[in-house]
Amino acid sequence: MKLDHSPPPTVLRKAPSGIAGFDEITGGGLPRGRATLLTGGPGSGKTVFALQYLINGARNYGDPGIFVAFEETSQRIMANAESFDWKLAQLQRRKLLFIDAQPNFEHTQTGDFDLCGMLAGLGLQATQMKARRIVFDALDIVLAFLPDLAARRREIYRLHEWLMDRGLTCIFTLKATVDEPNSITQQPYGFMQFMVDCSVILNHSVVAGVSQRNMRVQKYRGSTFDENESPFVIGDRGFNVAIVRTLGRADVRVTNERVTSGIKRLDTMLGGGYYRAACVLITGFPGTAKTTLSGAFAEAACRRGERTLFVSFDSDGTEVIRNLASVGIRLDRYLKSGLLRMVSARTIVGSAEMSLVRIKAIAAAHRARCLVIDPVSALANSGTDLAAHGVGQRLIDWSKADRITMVCTSLLNEISQHSGTDTPLHISTLADTWIHLSYVVQAGERNRGMSIIKSRGTAHSNQVRELILSNAGVTLADIFTAGGEVLMGTMRWQKESAERVAAEVAEVAGKVKLVTLDAQKAELEVRLKAVQTELIAKQLEKNLLARTTASRKAVMLHGSVRMRELRGGDAPKKHK
Amino acid sequence: MTRRSIYKFRLYVADDTINSSQAIANLHALCKTHLSGRHEIEIVDVFKEPQRAILEGIRMTPTLLRLAPLPIRRIVGTLMDTQRVLETLELDTRV
Repeated sequence: MKLDHSPPPTVLRKAPSGIAGFDEITGGGLPRGRATLLTGGPGSGKTVFALQYLINGARNYGDPGIFVAFEETSQRIMANAESFDWKLAQLQRRKLLFIDAQPNFEHTQTGDFDLCGMLAGLGLQATQMKARRIVFDALDIVLAFLPDLAARRREIYRLHEWLMDRGLTCIFTLKATVDEPNSITQQPYGFMQFMVDCSVILNHSVVAGVSQRNMRVQKYRGSTFDENESPFVIGDRGFNVAIVRTLGRADVRVTNERVTSGIKRLDTMLGGGYYRAACVLITGFPGTAKTTLSGAFAEAACRRGERTLFVSFDSDGTEVIRNLASVGIRLDRYLKSGLLRMVSARTIVGSAEMSLVRIKAIAAAHRARCLVIDPVSALANSGTDLAAHGVGQRLIDWSKADRITMVCTSLLNEISQHSGTDTPLHISTLADTWIHLSYVVQAGERNRGMSIIKSRGTAHSNQVRELILSNAGVTLADIFTAGGEVLMGTMRWQKESAERVAAEVAEVAGKVKLVTLDAQKAELEVRLKAVQTELIAKQLEKNLLARTTASRKAVMLHGSVRMRELRGGDAPKKHK
Repeated sequence: MTRRSIYKFRLYVADDTINSSQAIANLHALCKTHLSGRHEIEIVDVFKEPQRAILEGIRMTPTLLRLAPLPIRRIVGTLMDTQRVLETLELDTRV
């Protein structure tokens, strides 16, 4: 055994696993050229993880790999892998090699032995195919054959030395009961934890009847890593680890693009609609048409030809479609064309994290651009509160990172009606737009009121609107305020009618008045004309009178002279 | 033992590791004692001939194969327990 260690490389390089979430947790993957220990109980997903690491390496990162199977035969492993969407058969033999190394129980053993035979063979194969990754699956099986602990320890160190010499990036998987994670170091191969450069623990437990898979990086020499337990699921594509967006990652590109809410008037109230990649929260009590509002959004998205995912926790997908059809929101055609995918999340059992991971996986598979979660508060119902706490943030981080426009509905408790502001997952503080739906009970009827509590980055209306559902669709109506009281529903209608009648009366009265005035004016004009005529007549009469008087005087003077002349009897001196 | 058949052995070893050296010594001693004059031993170093280790399915060293007489018998280890080795090889120890 050689003991001289080459000086450690200045920068730790990493071999990406290509496993969703894991590379984020470890800041890039497994330590390249070093060994990683993967421990976990039965059925915790060790083999799946290791196999996926090799397949991704061979297919995506140009790292040929070797899978050394100590427990199951390679045929069985490959058959099991068929259930995943990995297309294992396509990977050529020279890129991914399976080696059966199940110990033969028929052998007689006398005395000590070692694993050099295997390493010699592996060394040749690794060189021939230029392997850069290797997995020793179920190392404990072969170690159990060695006569004593000292031999096991020696062989593990021999193996490790061999790996280091060849610069292979290795995963050892090892069985361990991890009910108490701290007890791992107490177990037979606990010393391996100290030997390897990276140690990952897989845990499969049942909490309150809910299956929960967790992964935790226990150590990672020379690298920072997410130290918390991260929930994961094993889906069609293999591992999927839930992660929080870590600090230092570039922020998501923001956009000014708007998408319609599906309701014209609401768009106007929001100054053009929701922002693309925004998170919209619709809160309200049961029956306030939260689903309807989110359905309108989904329909509008499909009409634009955007792939949409509708996750319903309350009812079956078909029920939602039927119910929405009653208010003129037709989703069935988009379901048929494949644009829309309905998921009844009642079938997703598990913690909030699990549901989130599943939703993410489904959204990715559907390539969804728009997402509806109805209601998101259901996420908080399963699992522990602690687990549910970060889910909201993770949900929003993810949707923004993937530029998915998301509409979430959330149920509010009747009790918290007065505050009316706190949602179970604390999404309300994180959401970009928050629309609140409420009931107004008045004059023996309930009506739906809608208001925008906040909408980041947009001027938005402060008005409460009445939400009206009919088989023609969803509309928003102005509400009436009278004497400081909000009027909705029939009262609004009554008020509207009364105003209409009053307006008609006023119009008629105005017309009547106009006619009357016209008549009066006409009459006055006529009278004015008559008086003017009379005035002219009087003037003429006056002129005539003056003329007549003058002529009579003249006549009279002339007449007396003439008469005297005619009489001639009187002496002219009488006139003197 | 009436049949004087030849015993053919092949011992896979790894370099000059302690286990391998012990196995070689034990095998020689055993043959000298019990199979004097009727044995052949081939020693294969897996590090020198890794291709053979792959083809012949050798994972643990040292591994002893009895190729003749048939059937093939396989013993893993340093061969320190002579009695056990003799039993596996079906050798009559009374000779």
